[in-house]
Formats: sequence, C-alpha cells, structure tokens
Amino acid sequence: MNIHEYQAKELFEKFGVATPKGQVAETPEEATAAAADLGSQIVVKAQVHAGGRGKGTFKNGFQGGVHLVNSADEAADVAGKMIGETLVTHQTGEEGKQVNKVMVADAVDIEKEYYLAILMDRESRSPVIVASTEGGVNIEEVAEQTPEKIFREVIHPLLGLQPYEIRNLASGLGLSGDTAKQFGKLLKGVFKLFMSCDCSMVEINPLVTTPDGQVLALDAKFDFDDNALYRHPDIEALHDPTEEDPREVEAAKYDLNYIGLDGNIACLVNGAGLAMATMDIIKQSGGEPANFLDVGGGATQEQVRNAFKIILGDPNVKGILVNIFGGIMDCDVIAKGIVAACGEVDLSIPLVVRLEGNNVEAGKETLAGSDVDLIAADTLADAAQKAVAAIS
Amino acid sequence: MAILVDENTKILVQGITGSFGGRHAQLSLDYGTKLVAGVTPGKGGQTFADTVPIFDTVKDAVGETSATVSAIFVPPPFAGDAILEAVDAGVDLVVAITEGIPVMDMMKVRAAMKDSDTRLIGPNCPGVVTPGRGENSQGGCRIGIAPGYIHRRGKVGVVSRSGTLTYEAVYQLTSLGLGQSTCVGIGGDPINGTSHIDVLKMFNEDPETEAIIMIGEIGGTAEEEAAVWAKENCDKPIAGFIAGATAPPGRRMGHAGAIVSGGKGTAEAKIAAMRDAGIEVADNPSDMGEALVRAMG
Repeated sequence: MNIHEYQAKELFEKFGVATPKGQVAETPEEATAAAADLGSQIVVKAQVHAGGRGKGTFKNGFQGGVHLVNSADEAADVAGKMIGETLVTHQTGEEGKQVNKVMVADAVDIEKEYYLAILMDRESRSPVIVASTEGGVNIEEVAEQTPEKIFREVIHPLLGLQPYEIRNLASGLGLSGDTAKQFGKLLKGVFKLFMSCDCSMVEINPLVTTPDGQVLALDAKFDFDDNALYRHPDIEALHDPTEEDPREVEAAKYDLNYIGLDGNIACLVNGAGLAMATMDIIKQSGGEPANFLDVGGGATQEQVRNAFKIILGDPNVKGILVNIFGGIMDCDVIAKGIVAACGEVDLSIPLVVRLEGNNVEAGKETLAGSDVDLIAADTLADAAQKAVAAIS
Repeated sequence: MAILVDENTKILVQGITGSFGGRHAQLSLDYGTKLVAGVTPGKGGQTFADTVPIFDTVKDAVGETSATVSAIFVPPPFAGDAILEAVDAGVDLVVAITEGIPVMDMMKVRAAMKDSDTRLIGPNCPGVVTPGRGENSQGGCRIGIAPGYIHRRGKVGVVSRSGTLTYEAVYQLTSLGLGQSTCVGIGGDPINGTSHIDVLKMFNEDPETEAIIMIGEIGGTAEEEAAVWAKENCDKPIAGFIAGATAPPGRRMGHAGAIVSGGKGTAEAKIAAMRDAGIEVADNPSDMGEALVRAMG
C-alpha cells in the first residue's frame, strides 16, 4: 500500500523526522491560509501517488504538478488550477489521476541533495539502508553508473540500527559535525518508523541539507506490507482507493486477487502461480491478457460469480479463459459458479473453460447440461489457443 | 528414501481445530499419513476425529507422541509465534501453510532460527508430499493442502514456489506414468525457510530421486542461485518452468514475493540462468511433464 506525500509528512512528524514546514489544502482558501504561515518562497505540490508530477500536464492545459510561488495569493491561484483537475504524468497512463489535495510547503534553500532509503531485503532477510550522495535523481541509474556513490548497511533483524552503522553512513555521505548528528537523529526516526509501521520501503529522495545547517526529508515514498495492515488501523486509514484501479478495489471486496492489464482476453484462475502462467500462455498463443485474477485455492461459488462480473465490467474484454486445476477444490463448485454467473450477466463473448482435477467429470457435466454457450478445452495450451482463435 | 519425510514420519498439526486446519488434517488422515497429534492452546485433552489427541502446547504434543514434524495452519497474526514454539519444542521440520504472515514477523523468525537444527518450509506454501505406495498413492506422508490422489510414488523430485502449478506438474507426471519421490512447495513469500537450492541439494543426494522439476516465478533471485549451483553440482536431469513473463513490473502478482522490482527478478533472467545451467525449461505450463521427459533423454 502507498500513501500520499502529505500523509508521509505527518508520519515523519510523528517519528521526529524533520521535514519542511507546510500543510495540506483541499481548496484555494485553505492554500491561502497554509501559505500565510510560511516564508516568501512557497512550493505547491499536487497530491497523487504517481511519480513525475513536476513534468506532468493537467488535462485543463495547466503545466506541471509542482510549482514555486512567492505569495499566498499565488499559492491559492495555483492550487485552484490543480484541485479537482486530472494530472497526467509518465506514470499515470493517459487517463491521469484526479488531484484532490495539494501540499503547500516552504521551498527550502538546498545546499546539497542526498538519497536515503530503508527497504526489506529478501536476500539478506534484513532491513537494508541505502544512502547516496546523489539525491534527487533516479537511484537505479546511480547504482549502475557510479556504484561507489552508494552506501549500504544491512541491519540486524533483532538488534536494530546500531550507532556505528549511522556513523558509517554519515561518513560515506561526507557529513560531519552537527550535520552528521542531525542526520543520525533523522535516520533513527526513519528506522523506528520503518520497523514499527511494518514498512516494506521508505525512500527519501531527496534528503537535503540547507545553508543554515538543517537536514530535511524533502519528498518521500512509502510502501507498507499489506499482510501487516491488520495491526496498523491508523495506516490502513491512509489508504486512498481513488488512486487505484476501480476494478481492483471492487475485487478486493470479495477477497479476489485481481490486477487489471491492457489486453482483451480475461482470465479466471485458481492459484497465483497458475494465474501468472495462464497470462503467459495467452501471450504466447498470440493474445493479450486483460488481467491477472487468482480466485484462491478455496474459491466459493459466490466468489466465482463476482469474479465474472468484474472481468465482464472491463470494456476491453473480448473473450474469457477459465483455467481451474481443482486440487482440493471441487471442479463442480467452479462449474456451478460459472453457470450461475452466466445466468446473471447475459454473456455475449466467447468463454473457454478448462477444468482439471478433483470431481472434474461432475463439473464437465454441469457445464454441458447448462445452457451456457462455452468452448471446452483439455489442456492449458489448448485453452489458450481456443481463446485466441475465438476472438480473432 | 525420498527427502524430508517418508511413510513413517509422525506429524502434528498446529491449528487443528480451525476449519482450514481441520479439513486438511482429515484429508491427511484419509491419505494414511501418520498424523499423531494436534495443538490448539486451550483445547488440550480433546480429540480430533475421535482418534488424534489435542494438546495445549507443542512441547506436550512432542513429548507424548514423538512427532518430528509440525504443520502450521495457525492464522497469520499468531503464525510467527507458532513457528517459534515448534522450533523450541525441537521438531526436525516445520511446514508453515499459513498465507499472509507479515514479512517483519518472518524476518524475526528466521533470525531467531539462525542456530537451530529445525528446518522451516514455507510459509504460504502447499506443503510436502511423499507419495505412498497404495492405490492413488495412499499411505504416503501428506503435510499441508496438496491433493494426495494426483500423486504416484516414483523417482521425480518436484520443488515449486506455487501451489496449483505444482499440482499441474504432478498431475502431468502421473499422467505420463512418472511417479514422484517427494514434492516440496517452498511457498510464495519473500522471506521463507527453505529455498530452491536447499531442496535441489537434498534431491541430488537422495538415491530414490532420479530427475527433478523446479518451478519458479518472478521476484527475487532464488531460481538463478539454484541454477548456478545446479550447473556445477547437480548430476541429475532437471526440467523447469518460470511463471510471470507477462507480469507488469512493480505489481505484486498474488504471492507476496512475486514482484519484479528495480529490474530484478524477471522471468527472462531466471529462464536464461536455468537454460545456461542445462535445465530443460518448459515453454508453457502444459509442457512441464514433457520437458522432464526431454531432460531425462
């Protein structure tokens, strides 16, 4: 789960991580009020999860989702052009994202930009801190071109962040004296936040030093472990469903694992690995998958029915491939779910079904005995070829 | 021989009184597995299916029944604790079926297990099956949630991150008349107990196993590491399959560990590493069984 920049700022404040002074605003009036508390150089930033905001374009023609202004009036003017409008960046896709809020903050005087991140590293099975003297740029490029400018500390999972690790990083970044001390305080706060909020990533880019000696987190990206949200209701409350594909939001209600894609052959599969493999084989057979959909190992008739509704709600879908390997799951339950769903949704596109496994004969009989018009397939390869042929 | 478990292995189930744990405990009993104990705190003294004693603690269960393996069906918030309890009770093997355990919990569990002799498989896995020699492989050791009846006892070792893809592979093998020595689901989480390479090593040393199927998916670099090891060290034919070639980067594909991030963990890189190691990689999941036949020459 991701959160907005203003929410990240609020979390940072809670953990004593220094950020520029500022506030979130939902109207131009609120932007005026927020700006009144700030200095003469103010930055107004559109709040969407996607990156590339600064270079984005609003659908109303307004250029840029990040603006520098010099007065409260100007801040209100810019906020008015952003709020309620749709911002398109290289990460949002053509449809863009609606901006509901803006951040109004002090535009700090930057002495130098750095990069600082903590992530859960699967290889070392530990939190890893990554810092670099090259901030404000794409860190993957830095890692590739100038790896010597990247400093890593693997943190012991049970001992946590140690003072020498902070010293190592500060020294790598070339920080000394009071700046190093402030960096240490900030890093301790970020690490505490990372561990106590079940983050999978906190990325501060850039982290900046200012001419008056401050160390500040200027912009941050968070990712939380979805499996741990049950113990962080305060963080779950930060979830903004308008930032997500509405089909995915709907699927989540029924405990279905759904990810929308751009193709036209929808698939409904049990198991994540098999669902990925089904997408792959559709592509290999010359088609394009419209989604990833895992109904889980123990799907009910009701879930299958809702899964059908969600995939049929996608206007791009021209055909459906159902691939079920009933291990423990009863193929007849799936068959009955398909029949029930088709009875409700008035199916007008080709449906290819491949059932295999537990009680498969009963499942095939249920399908054959219904008035659902479907194409039966024996193997997954056969099913994919039939689905591609049916829509072309 | 087989690996990890055999027909005589005594297992216990933590979370046996839950609906999911209970259902699969019953299926294991039906399969002929020596399920000797259940553990549910507060329900000690009761019995499961009229025959299996339930204990309050794993320590008591192990003390009374000499079970050497624990299957964990405990809900995610309590699963990390359940794994540590089993490790502390000194079982040889813990198989964690539970899906949805916070990564932070697994990180701490793995760190705490550093000097332990107990092996962990999973979490978020279908479990381990060493098929029996009876009809429909009855009489084997079924730990977890895999369908027992699709197996046949034989000479192919199967290791996989995914549940249903494992069943596909096993079903294809059985249909081709190729039985399995042991099938190991290592799970789809980013931090797990046992990796592909660990299982390959065990299969390589197992006299009963003559060939191996290794099934992976996008995310992490475990398949690449296993392929590099196999190239130098494995003297048995291997077939493989990797799911997720069409998955968009940065999206988590169902399994918490199935994500391509920072250009790492792509299907292309894994397939290339496997082919470089001489592994016969199936082009599509319908071809896994046939790929093994090709690998065996």
